[in-house]
Parts: sequence; C-alpha cells; structure tokens
Amino acid sequence: MDVLLDNLDLYGPGFLNTIKLFALAAIGSLVLGTILAMLRVSPVPVLRAAGAAYVTLFRNTPLTLLFFFFVFAYPFLDIIDLSYFLAAVVALTLYTAAFVCEVVRSGINTVPVGQAEAARAIGLTFGQNLGSIILPQAIRSVMPPMMSTMIALLKNTTIAAGFSVVEAGAIYGYLSERGYSVMTGLLWVALGFVILVTPLTLLQRSLEKRWSVAR
Amino acid sequence: MNSVLFDLPGPKARMRHRLFAVLGVLAIAGLLGYIVYKFADAGQFDATMWTWIQYETVQIGLLDALVNTLRAFAVASVLALLFGAVFAAARLSDHAFIRVPATVIVEFFRAVPLVVMIFFFHYGISLGAPFYSVVLGLTLYNGSVLAEVFRAGIHALPKGQSEAAYAIGMRKTQTMRLVLLPQALRAMLPAIVSQLVVLLKDTALGFLVTYEELLRYARYLGGLLEFEQPLVPVTIVVGALYIVMCLALTGVAKWLESRNRRSKKAVPMEDTPEQADLEAVRPV
Repeated sequence: MDVLLDNLDLYGPGFLNTIKLFALAAIGSLVLGTILAMLRVSPVPVLRAAGAAYVTLFRNTPLTLLFFFFVFAYPFLDIIDLSYFLAAVVALTLYTAAFVCEVVRSGINTVPVGQAEAARAIGLTFGQNLGSIILPQAIRSVMPPMMSTMIALLKNTTIAAGFSVVEAGAIYGYLSERGYSVMTGLLWVALGFVILVTPLTLLQRSLEKRWSVAR
Repeated sequence: MNSVLFDLPGPKARMRHRLFAVLGVLAIAGLLGYIVYKFADAGQFDATMWTWIQYETVQIGLLDALVNTLRAFAVASVLALLFGAVFAAARLSDHAFIRVPATVIVEFFRAVPLVVMIFFFHYGISLGAPFYSVVLGLTLYNGSVLAEVFRAGIHALPKGQSEAAYAIGMRKTQTMRLVLLPQALRAMLPAIVSQLVVLLKDTALGFLVTYEELLRYARYLGGLLEFEQPLVPVTIVVGALYIVMCLALTGVAKWLESRNRRSKKAVPMEDTPEQADLEAVRPV
C-alpha cells in the first residue's frame, strides 16, 4: 500500500497519460478505420485493393515495430517533428485503424443484401439507405468486437513505456530510482488496468446481451 | 459484384467510378512517392545504406535474431496451448471451487497488459534471462485468451451432441473427450491459429526487456556507424520478415479452414451465417 500512497504523484499522471493516449488513439483509429472500411466496401477495385493492402500490412506488423519506426526512423523523414507522445499516438492509431476497419467492414457485410435492395426498391437515396437501414443494423453486430478492439488498444498503450513516453507502464523505472519495490509497484499498475478494463468488458457484455435480439 | 451498399453501376456510375479510381491512384501514388522521396532525400536509400546486408556476420546475426524470435514463439505457443486447455477444462468444471478460481485467473490475465506482465517478471521478480520473462508473459496472456477460445468452441456445439452422449450413458469426461472435443477442435482451429499470429507478433515485446530478438538486432544494426546508421532499410527488412512470417501462419489457418469445410465430419455450429463473417475479425 505504501508503494502506491507514497508515489501517487507518479501513478496519477501516469494513468492520466495512459488515458490521454488511449482517447486520442481511439478517436484517430475510429476515424481512419471507418475511412479505410469505406475504401474496402467501395465499388472501385483500386480503392478496395488499397484498403486491403493497408489492412494486411498493418495487421501483420508488430505494434512494437511501428513504435520503433516512428521513434527511430521517422525523424529521418524530416516532415513534422513528433514528440514521443505524438509518435506513440500515431503508431497506435495506424495499427488499431487496421483492426477497426475490419470490424466495421464485416459489420456492414452482416446486413443481409435484401435489406439494402428493399430500401433501394422503395426509392431511398444512398444516404437514407446508409443512415436508416444499414448502419442501425450494422452497429449492433459491430459493437462487441469494436469494444474488444478498444480494450486491446487501451492495453497496447503500455508499449509506449518502452519508447520514452511517461505513462502507467513506465512507472516502474521511477519507482526503482526512488528505492521502492518494483514488484509491488507493477502489481498496482496491473490492478489499475484491471480497474480500467473491467467496466469496458461489462459494458461490452451488457450491450451484447441487449442487442443480440433477432432481426 | 453485389454489395450491400451499392447497386450494379450503370454507364454514368461506371464513369464516376473510373474517375474515383484515377483520383485514388494519384492520391496513393502521391503519398507513397512523397514518403519514398523524403527518405531518399535523407539518404536512407543510398546504395551505401544497404551494404550491411552483404556482410556475413550481419547475415548470421540476423538469422540468430530470427531464430530467437521463433524460439520464443515456439516455446510460448506450446505452453499457451497447454495452459489454455487446462484452464478451459477448469472453467467448464461442474465444481464451483475449481471453476471460480480458474475464471478469476483467466479474466485477470486477459485484463492486464502483456507489457506490464513482462516488466513484472523481468524487473519485478527478476526471473533472470529476458527469455523466461517474455515466454512466461506470452504464455499467461495468450493461454488465457486460448482458454476462452476453447470454452467458446465447446459451447458453440449443438446441445444435442452432449445430450445424445449422456443419453447413451457416457460420463462427462467421455462426452468431452470422445464427442465434444474432436468436433470443437475442428471448428476452433482458425481461431487458435489467429491467436498464434498474435503471439508471434507479441514476441517483438521482448525488445523492451532486451531480449535478443529481431527488433533488438534491428536497433543494434541501425545504430552502427560503420554502415552509416541504416535505420530505415533495416526497419523495412525486419518488417518484411514479420509480415512474411505472419502471412505464412495465416495461410496455414486458411488452408485448415478450407480443408475443414470440405470435410464431411464437420458439424454445423449453432450460429447464424451472419456471425460467421464477424469471426473473421482477428484478435488485436
């Protein structure tokens, strides 16, 4: 207990940074992932191929390698200087976007084709079709895997600790400097993550139960 | 192609699609071209930057690093499969005193980030060589995920299977071993292999605790002044290695799945075809 209470000045900002990293990367990856999913379901073959290539490339690359690229190799590009924090956000966003894209795409594909055909037959425009027929149905099946992806993203933020970003995963280094037990310190970090992840898991389960109504 | 969102295009729409295709190609080519140009501008694509690949010591070092990555993967995946099988069995137990602790342990290891676990084993309780921390972390995390996969696989079987087994007088162990497991394993293979792809990717976390794997060697190579610090070429080569390894594993998964589909022994699972597509969504 002492390890936690004596070092609240580490744990507070550490977890705050983790949440900041998570929030920024979540928004970024949701936006980018949806755009990619739009490419992947578009009627233009070239755009579909581009989306598929992105997904294959980023889904099969370790996230650590992306961090590695943005921290060590990106500075050679000399475009915009990224701080370590921003580099972490970009790496997390690019990586998670590939997974978000697949979730959204498969969600859209779960809607039976007949639904959209019926909508077109009664004269709904593309926007109406998407907004009031397809998305409401797709979101139901998308929510549970999307929540899993977001939980994974929250846990993945800890990789940033290895690349000079001060967040929850990096607390151990400061603890050993101050002479506290690293073991107990890391157990508190683990508990912190359990506390952060549990509500998300519970939300996921309840959404799954409430929304798994037969169409 | 008949998609949910779009009708078959008419002549006007086809023209529009062609326009989009041209614009898309221009945009993608522009973006890629800009990045390549910037790297080339920074001298990262100069011929001298690639000389490192010709040295025998470097090739052997790269191979050693690759072997280290694969070693961690092999050991951890075997252990994770064992861990998953044991804990799935425990979670399916009829006795609450086995089921409840197993559930708590599995949920705990699924909720804690792998990095924190590896740090705990390496810096917290100093397991010695980083190899052990990496393997133990990978085992516990992926093992608990696999336990969930196994359990879900058993639960997805039609209820009639176990009911019929009980009706002809089989015990629970017999039902599990002779009726449920053979069918469930068949259906779960793709999910298991995708989790193994995750495990393979996560061996790169060994980088953070100085395990001598591919990424660590890439860092070492990229910092060598003799080769003018060829960070970008090294990253590209190592990234390609990872992608090839993961795609090979995914290929195995796809092959197993297609073989599975042709097999007459397969039992239809109790989910709708719509859900089947969602299962194609890979774990992160």
